[in-house]
Amino acid sequence: MSNGSLPVVVVIGNGMVGHRFCEKLRKSGEFRIIVFGEEPRFAYDRVHLSEYFSGKSASELSLSMAGWFDDEEVVLHLGDPIREIDRQQQLVHSSKGVVQRYDYLVLATGSSAFVPDIPGIEKEGVFVYRTIEDLDKIKAYAARVKTGAVMGGGLLGLEAAKALLDLGIANPHVIEFAPRLMPRQIDSAGSHALESSLRKLGLQIHLNKTTQSIEGSGRIEALEFADESRLHIDMLVISAGIRPRDELARLAGLSVGTRGGILVNEKLQTSDKRIFAIGECALAQGMIYGLVAPGYEMADVVATNLSGGNKSFTGYDMSTKLKLIGVDVASFGDPFAAEPDCGTIVFEDRHKGIYKRINVSQDGKYLIGGVLIGDAAAYNILLQTVNNRLVLPPDPAALILGHREGGSEGAGVMSLPDEALICSCESVTKAAICNAVTDKQVTTLDAMKKCTKAGTGCGGCIPLVKDLITATMKAGGMYVRNVICEHFDHSRQELFDLVKLHNVHTYNEALAHWGKGDGCEVCKPVVASIMASLWSETAVKQPIIQDSNDRYLANIQKGGSYSVVPRIPGGEITPEKLIVLGKVAKKYNLYTKITGGQRIDLFGAHVGDLPDIWEELIEAGFESGHAYGKALRTVKSCVGSTWCRFGLHDSVSFAIEIEERYRGIRAPHKIKGGVSGCIRECAEAQGKDFGIIATEKGWNLYVCGNGGSRPQHAQLLATDIDAATCVKYLDRFLMFYIKTADPLTRTATWLNKMDGGMSYLKNVVINDSLGMNQQWEEEMQTLVDSYKCEWKEVVENPELRKRFSHFVNAPRKKDPELQFDNMRGQIKAQEW
Amino acid sequence: MQTTINSGEATRDVQSPAMKWLAACRVEDVPGDGGACVLLGGEQIAIFYFSRRDQWYATENRCPHKQQMVLSRGMTGSAGPDSEPKVACPFHKKTFSLRTGECLSGEDYRVRTYPVKVKNGKVYIGFPW
Repeated sequence: MSNGSLPVVVVIGNGMVGHRFCEKLRKSGEFRIIVFGEEPRFAYDRVHLSEYFSGKSASELSLSMAGWFDDEEVVLHLGDPIREIDRQQQLVHSSKGVVQRYDYLVLATGSSAFVPDIPGIEKEGVFVYRTIEDLDKIKAYAARVKTGAVMGGGLLGLEAAKALLDLGIANPHVIEFAPRLMPRQIDSAGSHALESSLRKLGLQIHLNKTTQSIEGSGRIEALEFADESRLHIDMLVISAGIRPRDELARLAGLSVGTRGGILVNEKLQTSDKRIFAIGECALAQGMIYGLVAPGYEMADVVATNLSGGNKSFTGYDMSTKLKLIGVDVASFGDPFAAEPDCGTIVFEDRHKGIYKRINVSQDGKYLIGGVLIGDAAAYNILLQTVNNRLVLPPDPAALILGHREGGSEGAGVMSLPDEALICSCESVTKAAICNAVTDKQVTTLDAMKKCTKAGTGCGGCIPLVKDLITATMKAGGMYVRNVICEHFDHSRQELFDLVKLHNVHTYNEALAHWGKGDGCEVCKPVVASIMASLWSETAVKQPIIQDSNDRYLANIQKGGSYSVVPRIPGGEITPEKLIVLGKVAKKYNLYTKITGGQRIDLFGAHVGDLPDIWEELIEAGFESGHAYGKALRTVKSCVGSTWCRFGLHDSVSFAIEIEERYRGIRAPHKIKGGVSGCIRECAEAQGKDFGIIATEKGWNLYVCGNGGSRPQHAQLLATDIDAATCVKYLDRFLMFYIKTADPLTRTATWLNKMDGGMSYLKNVVINDSLGMNQQWEEEMQTLVDSYKCEWKEVVENPELRKRFSHFVNAPRKKDPELQFDNMRGQIKAQEW
Repeated sequence: MQTTINSGEATRDVQSPAMKWLAACRVEDVPGDGGACVLLGGEQIAIFYFSRRDQWYATENRCPHKQQMVLSRGMTGSAGPDSEPKVACPFHKKTFSLRTGECLSGEDYRVRTYPVKVKNGKVYIGFPW
């Protein structure tokens, strides 16, 4: 081995901290690093362990080792714990018999779950919550039982309770010995706010409970408490704290603390100067640090010192922010400081489950610490305010009251001192981020992640990083221009006009005229959408510039299969057509579900089956539903006056007319509509991009609503208009939107950004203030007249059909990796 | 089922003797500025053709983020001043350099890349012997 002469660093433990240490040290290139890990797998992200239950796979939790083995810098022995350290000869002996000499030894053995000595603890159905192996056991057992409890109401305990929820244990119990939850991190009032939020989410919380014994014959059946009460449960997860893994160190005669933990100095050296301890096994500054960030700091200290630097570990800010079962919990600085040392300001909204407390110095100048429950949006800026001793505004209560939108926060970040630590996972300061913007023209989050690594750890600082990028750009007089991407120096609207003016019909032409490089996944679909609107093009003509779903005219789903959604205008369908859908679904083994837009979605189609499926659907009179496109989806309707005793007009017929008018039209984002036959609004039209509601005298037209993550009601554009006027207004409104909205902007956001808002829009659409209406109506009519079903185009053209295969060198072969599970008598995509 | 090209014609190359070159598909099977997937020796390989520069690239078809066999269906493009050729996974738009396989969206994923050569209208993928 070429690098045999390098000093050897042996690392015991392959957890997050050990991994971080190797990552830092290997970059020096001055050492051979040999890692011994007890677990059989590569190091993984223990902080996000509970996500293993909500769908993350073990491999996704894995920490990256890109490049580690390129030059044999790191050798990993997995599933091979060290059983002895021979300090005299500087050797370690592994369980599998490997004997390895070391120049330096780093103990990163972590901790194990603390298991209290309770009679019955050995029973079947009692678990600890620590490793992926533990989780696999919990998962397997939970599948067979109904009720469960977690012992421990601390951070890990609540994580474990979340895991039980994810595994389908309804209303899991949390048993805590102390009178409140998370006593180490948050104050008593905060605990109570958290407790009531968690109760609402279905957790059953038992405080002040000392478990006396675990009852059951062979396997757990109940818990018996000191107050003589009992709780019947099928399984128990113990998460009552951690115990440092210091047994190897003890065996080797290294000094350990009276309550466990390997004693280390500021350089994290143990009582043997060649041996270091980092992470949860180390007792530093009289403390065991049970969080990952201080562990990373320790890794950094030892790696730096070994590579010739000089760093010390002098304690760590234990401020933390996390989401527990959907509830924000944060504590920073000194959360417990109390009068008379400081003044406290408390804001509480019991209805929303929000509790905020800040501790302010007696003179009112500085922030000392605080607790945030239910809404931790202000965490980053508050933490920065504490850490940098920023002088508070005259009324510090403003820091926790109300919303802190845009401007104020932007100004806030620039007032931070240069050395303010923005990303604590990667130790990136404000100055580093600002300099990357000004000196290296780093202006996007992705580029910033690459350049500084900021935001690549826990991700908690990302909003702050984004604010800093924008604020620095503005401060430097950089024009924050609204351009599509790095390849086109134009907004969508500008490019729309250019493409039209120069009569450009292909993406490559557009790129040659106004772009640079080879384009990307952002600008290609934008140009595709523009050309669809201008030249009435279907997605079939330039397939490779379409978003993947448009390229395959179907929606990609987990596993790489596709779903098929035929158009069912207004949600009206004949029994004959329903039977066809059923037959096709059966023939191609598809999962069927009714969509929110009154259609039927057929899932699990192999890419190669799509043309055959559509051939049968088209034969039966169906056409594409454009569910895959940024296009009109559905116009939902209530049954209206033909059947309903309240109905004023025939909402179904009007919905069908409108859906058929705008079908296939491409837009900056998807468009949904609704028509209701009376004010009861059963079609939920006010939640759509356009909504039409029958009145005694005609129709009311609403526009710019949407559902989704930030629901917004549509606003009234015109009242009591007839059907023809309604269509005319819609033509104008939609063309205005199609031409001027930014990419992937729904109508609601488009309106929110519009100067003058709704009154401006009314003026344009109704009063023709831009003088564009006639042109827009004509353009819309051209689009309507040139509609064709793109699936029909494909089905009838053997060359186009060829595009639909997984392997070009084996067109009939399906992707062998695509497998399905069963659920309730239908197929289901396999978890990824 | 035996596929036509799957059996592969391995050829030794005097210039790069450490590679065996397997015939993957015809040139016209891969859409210009897009990708296609081939099955070669039991592996799924995504092949991309950049028509403007007349360059070919190949990677494993699996996106390392969610382990999905879809990279060939992704959109191609380039990034940065040096026009690093890249592909974006259709699922979550993670982008990967087609030259190095490195993830360009700021994460530590990596895809395997393969050398490509074209001869007599056929596309060949290089595997280490």
